[in-house]
Amino acid sequence: MQDHPAEFPPDYASQDPAALPRIRFPDGRSEPDQPGWRHAFPIDWARDQVVSRRDFTRLMVLTGLAFTVAQFGVGLASLRAGRARPEPKALARVEEIPVGETVRLHYPGPRDPILLTHLSTGAFVAYGQLCTHLQCPVVPRAELGRLECPCHNGWFDMAEGRPMAGPPRRPLTRIQLEIRDGVIHATGVEERTA
Amino acid sequence: MSPADDGHTPDQRGILLDGILFLVGLILMLQLWLLTATMEAFLGGDLEIAWPAALASLACQALNLGLWRILGALDPR
Ligand code: FES
Repeated sequence: MQDHPAEFPPDYASQDPAALPRIRFPDGRSEPDQPGWRHAFPIDWARDQVVSRRDFTRLMVLTGLAFTVAQFGVGLASLRAGRARPEPKALARVEEIPVGETVRLHYPGPRDPILLTHLSTGAFVAYGQLCTHLQCPVVPRAELGRLECPCHNGWFDMAEGRPMAGPPRRPLTRIQLEIRDGVIHATGVEERTA
Repeated sequence: MSPADDGHTPDQRGILLDGILFLVGLILMLQLWLLTATMEAFLGGDLEIAWPAALASLACQALNLGLWRILGALDPR
């Protein structure tokens, strides 16, 4: 910061112009030509900018720190997810679900809703019911062979659970199934990126 | 080292500071991209990528801290 002139207003006329401090003012005029208020509130513009850039940089570095912490959070979550292996579970008997029907069940936990569908091809498929966009529950549209997410008009195909339209980009979570002795068992959960 | 005797004119110092600011911003965007990509992969069941990405983000953060220190040295107030 420039020192205040000893006398106020400064007597520029009696000073050697070459000896005056060289400050660049925003209006481009020299110091003696500046209005009186600028002498009363002197701001070193160059330094003022340096300070704001420093503060801004600090803000960015701290934001980056938050990203790094979040990144390690994802790392820890991935360790936990890697260890969790859901137990197989009997879902329903084959004859309980007619062709074209969908039933809502829970797997692997009581708070994980899934949709188990008997496709017209005779195969059974099951998907997590939560939309991969923002977790709204999807609803079956058997007549269209699709699953619809009513929240933002997202659509998934019934046979593969892949996104067809709307905001979702990732397929629905697939529940791995096995049929033994006429009973449909869920044996695992498959998250998918594509 | 004071701003006056570090061998740089105010203009040169301004350019250096702008350059540092630009680099820090670029690295920050890289970190944001890394986080969103890792999150996307994690939600899609790809657990392999989380730790390498965390280490990469840490390296970016170290780089940013270094740049911040340089900026502090250029303007030590
Ligand atoms: S939550 Fe399903 S489309 Fe947005």
